[in-house]
Amino acid sequence: MLSMQDIAITFNEGTLDEKKALQDINLEMKKGDFVTVIGSNGAGKSTLMNMISGSLKPDIGTVKINDKNVTMLPEYKRSQFIGRVFQDPMAGTAPTMTIEENLAMAYARNKKRTLKIGVSKKRKALFKEYLETLHLGLESRLNAKVGMLSGGERQALSLLMATFTEPNILLLDEHTAALDPSRAELITNLTGEVVEQFGLTTLMVTHNMQQALDLGNRLIMMDKGQIILEVSGEEKQKLTIEKLLHEFQRIRGTQMENDRAILG
Amino acid sequence: MDGILISLFSAVESGTIYALMALGVYLSFRILDFPDLTVDGSFVTGGAVAAISIVNGVPPVLATFYAAIAGFLAGVITGILNTKGKINPLLSGILMMIALYSINLRIMDKPNVALLNEPTMFNQIEGFWASLGIDNFLNGIFTLAGSERVPGTWAILIIMVIITLIIKFLTDYFLKTEVGLALRATGDNERMIRSFSANTDILTIVGLGISNALVALSGAFIAQYGGFSDVNMGIGMIVIGLASVIIGEALFGTKTIARTTLAVIGGAIAYRIVLTFALKFKFLETGDAKLITAVIVIVALVAPKIIATQKEAKRKRKKRAMLASGEGANNA
Repeated sequence: MLSMQDIAITFNEGTLDEKKALQDINLEMKKGDFVTVIGSNGAGKSTLMNMISGSLKPDIGTVKINDKNVTMLPEYKRSQFIGRVFQDPMAGTAPTMTIEENLAMAYARNKKRTLKIGVSKKRKALFKEYLETLHLGLESRLNAKVGMLSGGERQALSLLMATFTEPNILLLDEHTAALDPSRAELITNLTGEVVEQFGLTTLMVTHNMQQALDLGNRLIMMDKGQIILEVSGEEKQKLTIEKLLHEFQRIRGTQMENDRAILG
Repeated sequence: MDGILISLFSAVESGTIYALMALGVYLSFRILDFPDLTVDGSFVTGGAVAAISIVNGVPPVLATFYAAIAGFLAGVITGILNTKGKINPLLSGILMMIALYSINLRIMDKPNVALLNEPTMFNQIEGFWASLGIDNFLNGIFTLAGSERVPGTWAILIIMVIITLIIKFLTDYFLKTEVGLALRATGDNERMIRSFSANTDILTIVGLGISNALVALSGAFIAQYGGFSDVNMGIGMIVIGLASVIIGEALFGTKTIARTTLAVIGGAIAYRIVLTFALKFKFLETGDAKLITAVIVIVALVAPKIIATQKEAKRKRKKRAMLASGEGANNA
């Protein structure tokens, strides 16, 4: 489904601020794979995300989605295949527009936008059905402006908008990090449900190690722009936070620096 | 009483024409969140293209249509400067405005084109309208209301109300279509709508095109209404547009898109009425119109906030007073 080959990118090349943000990244994801990505700040997790979404283009290497080379395809074209939820709950929705209008925009992702009414009666019924699966009562507030919703509600709506058109790839960029613990848990559970329901191929960046262990069938650990550890299947199920930290120390010879990653 | 009704009439009449310009400003300023100064230039472009076409024998309706196309192109160029040239929105508009000044002079070949003895959309309709005899009836109402002078024709007002309302409803519809929703999201959260496969560059370019097409359309009507096109007739037009949008929103609300576009039209008319009556003060001259416009915008921006703050303070004082008297009663 997703294939990244020999991806590398360097920021500010030739200056004092030169940073090899990604090096020798090779990642293959089969349909239905759910990969969680962990690593300390500056490890290259977000750069990896942006490389897939198309907001960054690699110096070398190729990105393929469904065997189609999309390396140089601009972000807006690539997003036909990709659903994305951002860390900031404000980022994934349009605040001055209503819930149904936001859903209608998401609905048009993999279709051509026309001069037909976006929120038709038929679609309204469909949107209601989808909103019911969130169990937040949003289905009775179709005409509410999204800016009036709480952060958790907005993030749940973002998740629904990113997934209900069944994209080839779902990118989750620390999408629970800005929420309080109970809301974060709700979104984590919802994520597990929708990914399973639609059988989505998913890549999730997280700072929360427990979340990385609970969700998904594969886990990768990044450091200094490289993938330093890959675990999958049964091996992943047996993994614990202690084991992960131990692995990091064994590979890198140093302790993981980021307290947030350990405490999470 | 006499002069007031007739002044009110012409304020409403020109207000409905300027309302098209205000709708254009609403599209760029509010929907795209793009403060587009092209308006000062594209308004004149509309007037210039319509005037020069009419002088050269083009039927007025077609000339007006050409004007809208010219405005659309001007907006498109501003959009390209901003999205493809990565020039800041304000600067893109200013650059286009100043470039249009010269272009408008080129179009007209002189600073001023008169339409005195030429056919215009309005004087063509006036003849037909007069034959219907409705004016007599409407003027009767005027006379009953105590006015000795009556409007020369109601045709312009009626036709402009119809045209403005048609464009309002088309705009409302467009903003609800799939493309329209994406256009609104471009102004609201560009990153989000790009992640839903919308080409925000194209949307910005087309949005500014439509906005300036409406502005130029308004300029074309104003030129035909006033009987001339002048290279300086667009100075301060963006501020008048903003005034209309802000006054309209403050007076009539912004609950839905349909409500807001109606509010913008109302705002354009309200602005003309306020300006007309402000100029009636003896110590003010016609040249003070721009100053009055600036003051109107400042009042429209500041007044609602002051009123809201005072209301809030009053509510809190009341609550405190109630609590205090309640405690006093308990203690006694």
